[in-house]
Amino acid sequence: MKEIDARGLSCPEPLMMTAEALENADGPVKVLVSEAHQKTNVEKYAKDHGKKATTTEKGSEFEIVIE
Amino acid sequence: MNLADSKKKLALAGLGCGLVAACLAFFGNPANMAFCIACFVRDMAGSLGMHQAEAVQYARPEIVGLVCGSFLIAVVTKEYRSVAGSSPLIRFVLGMIIMIGSLVFLGCPLRMVIRMSAGDLNAWVALIGFILGVATGAFALKQGFSLGRSHETNAASGAVLPAILAGILILAVCTALLKASEAGPGSMHAPILLSLAGGLIFGALAQKSRMCFAGSIRDVILMKNFDLLTVILGLFAVMLVYNVALGKFTLGFDTPGVIAHSEFLWNILGMYAVGFAAVLAGGCPLRQLILAGQGSSDAAITVLGLFFGAALCHNLGLAASGTALNPETKELVAGAVPVNGKVACVICILVCFVIAFTNKRKVRK
Repeated sequence: MKEIDARGLSCPEPLMMTAEALENADGPVKVLVSEAHQKTNVEKYAKDHGKKATTTEKGSEFEIVIE
Repeated sequence: MNLADSKKKLALAGLGCGLVAACLAFFGNPANMAFCIACFVRDMAGSLGMHQAEAVQYARPEIVGLVCGSFLIAVVTKEYRSVAGSSPLIRFVLGMIIMIGSLVFLGCPLRMVIRMSAGDLNAWVALIGFILGVATGAFALKQGFSLGRSHETNAASGAVLPAILAGILILAVCTALLKASEAGPGSMHAPILLSLAGGLIFGALAQKSRMCFAGSIRDVILMKNFDLLTVILGLFAVMLVYNVALGKFTLGFDTPGVIAHSEFLWNILGMYAVGFAAVLAGGCPLRQLILAGQGSSDAAITVLGLFFGAALCHNLGLAASGTALNPETKELVAGAVPVNGKVACVICILVCFVIAFTNKRKVRK
């Protein structure tokens, strides 16, 4: 699975990296972010593009699998 | 509670913030400033004696409320994260640039929208510069611009700025240590408790809705996403209704009473610098205060840059003057940007370009 590590980056970098990864990937994409608002943004982006996002909390950070 | 997951909730958050701004203007804040972040940080810098412009010195409880409101709601909703380490000094410089650009135009992006809602055409002219600045920042982002990653720090670190601001408010209320204007915009303010409450509510709403003036236009350009723009439109709508209802809507340039000037080029370039720097810093001045409240020391450094920039603006004569009626002769005296301010504005834009194209994202292998 393609993995995007956007932890600690400022907006809108996590979303740009997610968008780029989804464009180039065939299968699911795993996105790591650290802030709650970035988690919401990535989930919403996935939903708006007809994908399913599953989020798990990893300590104080988030792992979102988009498929 | 999440206000950012639907356009309707975002618009409601915008309406709520608009109501707070209108309310504070009604109860004594300078009408078309209402809740200007740049103006109020500048007033706070004045209250601390960082500059000596006597008309603009007042420890604004709104600023304290914004940061503490964001802090409290972030703690309650478990979104508080103490982080630091993403190019702090570059962020400090970006904060300075945002303030200098704002005081060349005479307002932050929030005040630009408030002025637009009062019919001030100079603010509509400045919007062109703001959009171009944001677009330039967005272009840099597409080229891989990044200030690097922040990392978690001790939880106390993120609480320092809220604590300092709360301390300033306590000093302002309980002692005569801080300066307070006796005339001019700094002397015009809503009652302290109302200002503080307004700030707390605005801060909490802005934290939950992710409200950002630079981000709203940036998202439209980069992602064709209109979510954040919805919040701003909500705020604009409320202020427009308020201004029309109270007869404060005057369409035109050079409106006396609106602290503004009609030097089109410098309105555009001032806001160009603000838009550009705000995108590079990851958010407008309001968003920096909110991020600082939820634990980002990097945003807190940007806020300190705003304070430093405000002090420079008034100590070195960079800030523009507003068009005003001479009370004795009844003549209209046009506001203007001083030469120092023009030079500073051009330097700010050049520095933005240097920052934008010398900081690239590193790909983790």
